Amino acid sequence: MPATATQPTARRDQAEPPLLQVEGLSVQFGQQLVLRDISLDIPAGQTLVVLGESGCGKTVLLKTMIGLVRPSRGEVRFEGQSLSSMRERDLAHLRTKYGFVFQGAALFDSMTIADNIAFPLREHTRISAADARDIVASLIDEVGLPRTVLDKKPVEISGGMRKRAGLARAIALDPLLILYDEPTTGLDPIMTDVINELILRVKERPRVTSVVVTHDMNTARKVADRIIMLYPLFRLGQNESQIVFSGTPADLDRSRDPRIRQFVEGRAGNRLTELQDEQSLEERP
Amino acid sequence: MAKTPETPEPTAPVDAGTQPGVAASAPGGVGGWFANQIANLGAFAMDRVAAIGDVALFALKTVGWIFARRQRREVLLPAFYQIGVMSLPVVALTGLFIGMVLAVQSYAQFKAIGLETRLGSVINLSLVRELGPVLAATMLAGRVGSAMAAELGTMRVTEQIDALECMGANPIYYLVVPRFLGCLILIPALTIMADFMGVLGGYLYSNLLLGIDYHHYWENSRAYVDAFDFLMGIFKSFFFGAAIALVSCHHGFHCGHGAEGVGRSATNAFVHSFVLILLLDLFLGIWLNNVHDFFRPEGPRRLL
Repeated sequence: MPATATQPTARRDQAEPPLLQVEGLSVQFGQQLVLRDISLDIPAGQTLVVLGESGCGKTVLLKTMIGLVRPSRGEVRFEGQSLSSMRERDLAHLRTKYGFVFQGAALFDSMTIADNIAFPLREHTRISAADARDIVASLIDEVGLPRTVLDKKPVEISGGMRKRAGLARAIALDPLLILYDEPTTGLDPIMTDVINELILRVKERPRVTSVVVTHDMNTARKVADRIIMLYPLFRLGQNESQIVFSGTPADLDRSRDPRIRQFVEGRAGNRLTELQDEQSLEERP
Repeated sequence: MAKTPETPEPTAPVDAGTQPGVAASAPGGVGGWFANQIANLGAFAMDRVAAIGDVALFALKTVGWIFARRQRREVLLPAFYQIGVMSLPVVALTGLFIGMVLAVQSYAQFKAIGLETRLGSVINLSLVRELGPVLAATMLAGRVGSAMAAELGTMRVTEQIDALECMGANPIYYLVVPRFLGCLILIPALTIMADFMGVLGGYLYSNLLLGIDYHHYWENSRAYVDAFDFLMGIFKSFFFGAAIALVSCHHGFHCGHGAEGVGRSATNAFVHSFVLILLLDLFLGIWLNNVHDFFRPEGPRRLL
């Protein structure tokens, strides 16, 4: 029985056709199964937050959604087109409809911030250098960075600035789907909220659908239309769904599932003793 | 039913049916031990074959992207500068010293049989056929190959290669093709530089320090070394350049995690490139000698 999380949580979701569909998805690296039988519909315009503890497969799920990780079983469909059956060139073209904000920003070290943000424009459009400069300047304004950073290299600016520059690069081509991988990890509380506000600001762009992978409950509550929670496979039984929760932020707060309560309230539970007993962890399949 | 972490239950095994790589456990005893050894050997052989296939696919994609799309000047020039211009001094210095060392090591034997005026023949033949191309390639593998593997490895670890893919740009086109073309096109130039400096070093040592006559040194060299010898070295260098770029970029692309992974890929890039250079040198040397014999059935020229 596939683990489904397709129940709509808002009335507008029912009207919108799903932009992205994940169907029976399993991902395995060597002998390690990371994702098992995940099914998920993401309607256009929705902001979906994927919660879960470290190592539960959130980032792998996100990378599978853009075709960076090939599924061992099942498929991902974007606007009805299966990513697995696409030729490399078609997949590259499809990716122009995506924006990906990486955990560490993943800006190119050898380029200035301006060149980083202009990269997708230069790669996929035929606009002049002057027009590209104007677009980069407006993107920089949109993410709240000073124009003085444009000529700097990524190593010369702070982590929060790098994340915002990464976001500016991700939205340069007006993508339909933006994937955020741990957008607030490693930031101070103020910068975390700045990023949250930017995610909300980007969400207001027309036709934008977002998937935010995080373990930050503040981010989840603030930006989510719908939340799903993944659970590490080695803690689950053979027939248990890996998606242990799917609903609104309010549903999450009302949930009485102890696994969800432990995560939401940030309790260690018996994890400390589990870590002390390394042998028991190593013996897990 | 939900399981609570506070009340641990026996963890159910992960669905073995979804793990095709999990083999049934081997029987115990001596038979089981042999079965395990054979299984390990088989797995090792499969891994090697898969790795060779992976490098071959990587090479095919690289060559494909050379012709699939116009190369950008602003991407090519920095790579060419790093690979060619920045390698010139070290290649020149190495060539100069190797030429001198050849003179130092050969002189006593040649003098013993009264043939010291023929020293130039042996020094220059060794240089243009073997030492020039191999040393230029070795220096390139050490200076550029390791750096390419480390740079691409860091890009892999920091998800910059993933970022390229996510933006619909092909990482092989952007990152590998300029480095491949740089190595392929510029290694002959570096080889010529190593040859030239080696010839110069050998002559300077022979003439200035060993007192060998200018006229005889060059006259014997001219009679013994011909264009085929020189072109043979240049021809081999193309293969060395391609091997360095492909092996190093492949190691960078398939870098392990963290600083340790980057360090290991840089080391492996040099070691594997160097071994491949020597293997290619051997087999190309044998083949080119056959080609030489085909066009000149009278055989090699004689020193005397």
